[in-house]
Amino acid sequence: MPHAAPSTFTGAVDVIAVLVLLTEFAMLRAPMLRSQVRLYAFQSLVVTALAIVVAATRHIDEIYVLAALSFILKVIIVPRIVLRLLSRAEVSLAGSSAFSVATMTLIAIVMSVFAFFSVGALHLQSTALPSAALAISVAVVLVAFVLIILRSDVVSQAIGFFSLENGVSVASLVVASGLPLIVDVAFLFDLLVAVVVFGVLMRIHHGRTKTLSTDSLDRLKG
Amino acid sequence: MNHVLLAIVIVPVVTSIATWWTPPAISKVVTIGSGIALFLLALALIPSATAHSYLAVGSVLRVDALSVVFLVPTTFLYATTSIFAAGYLHLPEGEAGRRYARRFFVGLNVFCWSMAVAPLVNGLALLWVMIEVTTVISALLVAIDDTDGATEAAWKYVILASLGLGIALFATIIMYYAGTRFFGSSYDPSYNKLLSGAHAFPKDVVRLADVLAVLGFGTKMGLVPVHTWLPDAHSEAPTPISALLSGALLATSFYAILRFFQVSVRCLGPAFPRNVLLIFGLASLVLAAFYLLSQRDLKRLLAYSSVEHMGILAIGMSFSAPLAIVGVLLHVIAHGAAKGTAFFGAGSVARKFKSKDMARIRGGVGLLPWSGPMLVLAVLALSAMPPFGIFRSEFLIVAGGLSDPRDAIAAVLVVFVTVAFFGLSWFTTKTMLSPVPERERLRLGRGETSWLIVVAMAVGLVGLVILGVHVPGQLNELLQHAASQLEVAR
Repeated sequence: MPHAAPSTFTGAVDVIAVLVLLTEFAMLRAPMLRSQVRLYAFQSLVVTALAIVVAATRHIDEIYVLAALSFILKVIIVPRIVLRLLSRAEVSLAGSSAFSVATMTLIAIVMSVFAFFSVGALHLQSTALPSAALAISVAVVLVAFVLIILRSDVVSQAIGFFSLENGVSVASLVVASGLPLIVDVAFLFDLLVAVVVFGVLMRIHHGRTKTLSTDSLDRLKG
Repeated sequence: MNHVLLAIVIVPVVTSIATWWTPPAISKVVTIGSGIALFLLALALIPSATAHSYLAVGSVLRVDALSVVFLVPTTFLYATTSIFAAGYLHLPEGEAGRRYARRFFVGLNVFCWSMAVAPLVNGLALLWVMIEVTTVISALLVAIDDTDGATEAAWKYVILASLGLGIALFATIIMYYAGTRFFGSSYDPSYNKLLSGAHAFPKDVVRLADVLAVLGFGTKMGLVPVHTWLPDAHSEAPTPISALLSGALLATSFYAILRFFQVSVRCLGPAFPRNVLLIFGLASLVLAAFYLLSQRDLKRLLAYSSVEHMGILAIGMSFSAPLAIVGVLLHVIAHGAAKGTAFFGAGSVARKFKSKDMARIRGGVGLLPWSGPMLVLAVLALSAMPPFGIFRSEFLIVAGGLSDPRDAIAAVLVVFVTVAFFGLSWFTTKTMLSPVPERERLRLGRGETSWLIVVAMAVGLVGLVILGVHVPGQLNELLQHAASQLEVAR
């Protein structure tokens, strides 16, 4: 079966999704916590751009509202909260990992390839659907897992979770753009609550251990 | 019945706001009142939930028999836990005590609100939102004691549960996508809508959604291998919170899995969703049974018992007999009451001995004349001894399993439930029924730390005996009705 050339929409969505994934890889290798937060803000900006593209091509006005809200929350408020915490904590380096940056990147590449093959195995044949973007969003989620598992400080882990949410957002924009606005707003509100709670717990952690490292969190086992 | 439904949503909110302002003594009373009111409201929903296939208020709230089955144990634990907490909390004098009490009671009420509303919202997306709320609120409550252990447990809990919920969100989006093939690109993912079209959803997509949902919500439910946060959080949290986490919150996550199960069964037929639950259920039961043999911490022991019981629930859902499904739903209620009561007893013991370490607790029954024996009874109830509710529910599950073509699984279930029984009874016998060392008698004295703890435990045990001896007629109808909603309509 000959493949038709991708439409402009599919091309644009795929390019943006690839940008989100590349940012995720950049986070994986960023040694400074501040640069990690900035990368997260950039990634959120890219996701907002994706929302605008989807809204414009599919003529769904509600998604403009969603784009505006996600810009305010994920590009401005969340990075602000985390950066303020960082300046209070006076820690700048991310926690060291058990693996070198090269190994981590390699693991992340393996995970991404796995994501592509597993989504490909689903045989989602749909004319309107950029299925490459769906595979990329699964890859973003898996690389976020790698980030959270291998980094040993609370800020990286929290940022890893927020960027995982960005990956799910990409999937949601691509395959579920018709979700009622109220549901999308509820998702964002949830994210805000989660950010506040993560912030509180990070402060409690820093207050007790005077570090942001998770190395001391090994008392409970068995 | 609409006003009852609205009252369930509103009462805890009002209580949370009130407890922000009231002094600790009044907060205790208000919270107890709110808990009892909510339990009575939940009971009031039973007849109409049985009579109708569902009731809806607007597009956001919807209640059917399955929702009420989960609402009953949650509100029961809300009531008993607030009684227990009133007796258990030892607040420091002055401003510090007031601040702790404010955080604790506001948090407790919001937490119970979120768990009570989760089964009432309409649709998988809103359900996910409510379960995320339960997570973040309970993570704060786990950390509230501000000890090293609590901080560590809260961080592990919030990270792992959030990762699980990230997967569950993905599952929700995928399930929505499955629906777009039938309903067009924009639709409201309410339960009625999803269930009505599920037969035409693309099968591969629904399979993916089902597995991701069991893995994602299973993280919060404590299914092996994604249970690792559970023993930490449940043992390090303040005991009233432990009781709610184990007795009610795990069940709420199970409810979310059942909603995905309902849609998946309509689309795929029963075999695939059942097998997914069977794999996770067996892993949980087997691993937890062995971990129960090697615990030193009383609350950790109860936490692993929760993993075991969640495994039993998942295995029960994998049996085809309707009897087993009724057993699973009864098990949700009975486990809530039994686990709550056991944690109340553990709290009483921990207050008395100032330790949760089972190597240091000796002669519990001798030193705690009421809560000691009641803790032993609660642990026997957890081990499925008659005449308590879990005996009946596990009996139904096993009886259903024996009539299943795969009856060997029922035999495996019985074997590992017995291993778990050894673990539980070995340690409680050693700590509770052993003779009181003379030194401890002089140091601690005989007597209860609070009569409210005794009341909370007695209420829990009475509930368990009622469930075990004779399930009230209306509750029985509710369980049958809910089980029929979970069955394959084909």
